[in-house]
Amino acid sequence: MLQEKLQDVFNEPGCATNQTKSEKERKKGCSKALKPGAAAGGCAYDGAMIALQPIADAAHLVHGPIACLGNSWDNRGTKSSGSQLYRTGFTTDMSELDIIHGGEKKLYKAIKEIVQQYDPPAVFVYQTCVPAMIGDDIEAVCKFAAKKLGKPVIPVMAPGFVGSKNLGNKLAGETLLDHVIGTVEPEVTTPTDICIVGEYNLAGELWLVKPLLDEIGIRILSCISGDGRYNEVAQAHRARLTMVVCSQALVNVGRKMQERWGIPYFEGSFYGVSDMSDTLRTMARLLVERGADKAIIDRTEGVIAREESRVWRRLEPYKPRFDGKRVLLFTGGVKSWSMVTALEGAGLTIVGTSTKKSTKEDKERIKKMKGEEFHQWDDLKPRDIYKMLRDSEADIMMSGGRSQFIALKAKVPWLDLNQERHTPYAGYDGIVNLCEEIDKTLSNPIWRQVRLAAPWESKPDAKPVEA
Amino acid sequence: MGTIQRFPHSAKAASTNPLKMSQPLGAALAFLGVDRCMPLFHGSQGCTAFGLVLLVRHFREAIPLQTTAMDQVSTILGGYDNLEQAVRTIHERNAPALIGVATTGVTETKGEDMAGQYSLFRQRNPALSGLKLVFANTPDFSGGFEDGFSAAVTGIVEEVVQPADFTVKGQINVLAGCHLSPGDVEELRDIIEGFGLSPIFLPDLSLSMSGRQPDDFTATSLGGVTVERIAAMGASEATLVIGEHMRVAAAALELKTDVRSLFFDRLTGLEASDRLVRTLSELSGRPVPAKLRRQRETLVDAMLDGHFFFSRKRIAVALEPDLLYAVTGFLSDMGAEVIAAVSPTQTAVLEKLKAATVMVGDHSDVETLARDADLIVSNSHGRQGAARIGVPLHRMGLPMFDRLGAGLKVHVGYRGTRELLFEIGNLFLSREMDHDAHGHGHGGHGHGDGHEHGQHCGSGSCGCSAG
Repeated sequence: MLQEKLQDVFNEPGCATNQTKSEKERKKGCSKALKPGAAAGGCAYDGAMIALQPIADAAHLVHGPIACLGNSWDNRGTKSSGSQLYRTGFTTDMSELDIIHGGEKKLYKAIKEIVQQYDPPAVFVYQTCVPAMIGDDIEAVCKFAAKKLGKPVIPVMAPGFVGSKNLGNKLAGETLLDHVIGTVEPEVTTPTDICIVGEYNLAGELWLVKPLLDEIGIRILSCISGDGRYNEVAQAHRARLTMVVCSQALVNVGRKMQERWGIPYFEGSFYGVSDMSDTLRTMARLLVERGADKAIIDRTEGVIAREESRVWRRLEPYKPRFDGKRVLLFTGGVKSWSMVTALEGAGLTIVGTSTKKSTKEDKERIKKMKGEEFHQWDDLKPRDIYKMLRDSEADIMMSGGRSQFIALKAKVPWLDLNQERHTPYAGYDGIVNLCEEIDKTLSNPIWRQVRLAAPWESKPDAKPVEA
Repeated sequence: MGTIQRFPHSAKAASTNPLKMSQPLGAALAFLGVDRCMPLFHGSQGCTAFGLVLLVRHFREAIPLQTTAMDQVSTILGGYDNLEQAVRTIHERNAPALIGVATTGVTETKGEDMAGQYSLFRQRNPALSGLKLVFANTPDFSGGFEDGFSAAVTGIVEEVVQPADFTVKGQINVLAGCHLSPGDVEELRDIIEGFGLSPIFLPDLSLSMSGRQPDDFTATSLGGVTVERIAAMGASEATLVIGEHMRVAAAALELKTDVRSLFFDRLTGLEASDRLVRTLSELSGRPVPAKLRRQRETLVDAMLDGHFFFSRKRIAVALEPDLLYAVTGFLSDMGAEVIAAVSPTQTAVLEKLKAATVMVGDHSDVETLARDADLIVSNSHGRQGAARIGVPLHRMGLPMFDRLGAGLKVHVGYRGTRELLFEIGNLFLSREMDHDAHGHGHGGHGHGDGHEHGQHCGSGSCGCSAG
């Protein structure tokens, strides 16, 4: 079962990388073989959790020993405007005896307790390595529990050892397609209903975009899964259009929704001024093609014109401050090239970017924008990054939290671009936030101080101290 | 470890907001207290990623931690090849002095024979005979953080310590349990060196996890006790064993070296500190240094000044067992009433706890037991529940991701006890001073999430925003 699913997600016609592969390569799948002793990153279960946990009113129950949830819960910055149930960590905390006797009964009991105590609209049950090894049939348990308790109980079949975080994202998407999307009918539909896939509302980013959509008259029927509600996700099949945000991870959801319900999808981004505008334009155009009132195109152009002029005006003060400042940008996939234009628009110089998660198309696009001279690294070792920073080849590094100490230990400014951050960077206002954050850290007075030699390392300065 | 029946054990099937963290994570922390070490999890890559993120968030430091990256096939066919490849790769890339291997739920469920794999590795890799290799059996599905820490320290003792036929005068071993922060270890070193003694800490987190500024990039742990110093532990005059969970390692050390063990169940509190100081004075044959005499005086004074605010205060404490013992003991010493002591795992030390209710449970149990408490003492994960019931939270233990300097908190010795007394006392004091105008039941004070849950603060004077 799971093997078939894996083959299926690996053979994704909507994925540009997959399309350029030969038949044989395609069969191998897209997960790179991990090198023992030199691997980094999360597992498939981690990825599935990232994609589904933002569904805020559902209970998320992890079936496995304590490591899978105990070490990881309460560590993501996805926000909800209502229910906070998603922030509660549930696990069956499998013990030795559960492994010997099998964990199915305990799992059922756990589901029952959660339903009785919290009455969520649905329970997501995450499979992990250990119960997968001992053969706990969580699909059967979920089916039984759903029938008995009268609630959707959804098995998420992405045990960690099947692959990477990215694969887990995809498997989470498949779970929604198999068990959730299409199971609830919306009370009202409008010709401008959209579904956004792959937006997790980190630091409340969706809330920087939603007011603009409201103003234009586009309704988010369902968001998968930022600030999500179970019933909204289950209604996604009635959307008129799907926007897929993080293209590599969840393109399977967009494509299969098109296949099943004839909903066209496009890939877009909320990061960066021009990408944001493109996204709004595409959204309006495709909705009109599907019969929405033409007026939304004018309203969209109005919003774009106003927001763009406003954002450029707000970025103006940063330009002289950013002049000549060089940025190292290490971030996954689509975000890289989305942000490049925005940062350059504010006067920064990008000296290089990682393209580990980017597709060939992405790379070509960056090359076209930046020329052959521009550095694109596929896999740069931490030691090399450290050296570049130590040698002052950049003034600031922007990356995910895990690599922050490479920059900080080199005493170079660093800014968090990934899921642990507290500031939203999406939309027009998000770019201003981003520039403000960059400016704050670049102009902080600590950088000069922390680089000073210790008293025992150098002779005292002959000059008197300035008052 | 025997099962303690007389304590109520949570009858829930779903552990909710877990307090427990897994064994391998504890093992990783112990290994990080050894200089030039690389901890390695024998399991799927997610096991490592979660542990890494948790430790990074707590210590705000780069955490070296690698994985054998087990996938489905290697899990079924056996993980030796992955293990060997990982060790060799780490050796080639980072040349650590010690690689500490911790098993996980995946490899333990399969039943990997670690002793056999160790012998096989040594046979097949004679060129790596200089590399210290420590294996610890740390299944995710039994025990917890403290047990993993203990297993790793025991493993290091068995692999690295050498018996000696001579004694180095003034050399003292300290087996430092995981309830001691890097700051605590630093404080203990100060106290011990004050008597002219030369301590060897195993592990020594004060040298590796307290905020190092490296001259160059290192992929292994930077600082910590060196392998050479650990080997020399056999020539010490005595071993100070700090914490119940260090007893197994102490027994192993005594068995191997005949160095006598002196056991300390806690070092927080006046009497506990007195015992340590008396012991050190006897061991060294020196009088107590003036600095410590002054510190004792100020602690006594602090107790006199502070006891008003502790008397009959109702406090719920949820921490790892030995820290739980130290903190509940200190609170009882100050006249507070420990209404609930919640431990993530069952261990012998729970027998000695003084509390109205002692239970093995999770943060949701704390939420239930602490409804009419004046204070909760727990890790940062306790903040959601504390906010819901409107009880202030004093953060201790690990993880503490929403406070700076988590690793440098000191609560041992006269000075550390005084610090803890002031921190907790000030929470009570500020409530009594500032909250009269608000009436009773004002929640959310002193923790970050109060306001998210709809609690409002009439004036700015109560300092809630400082939470």
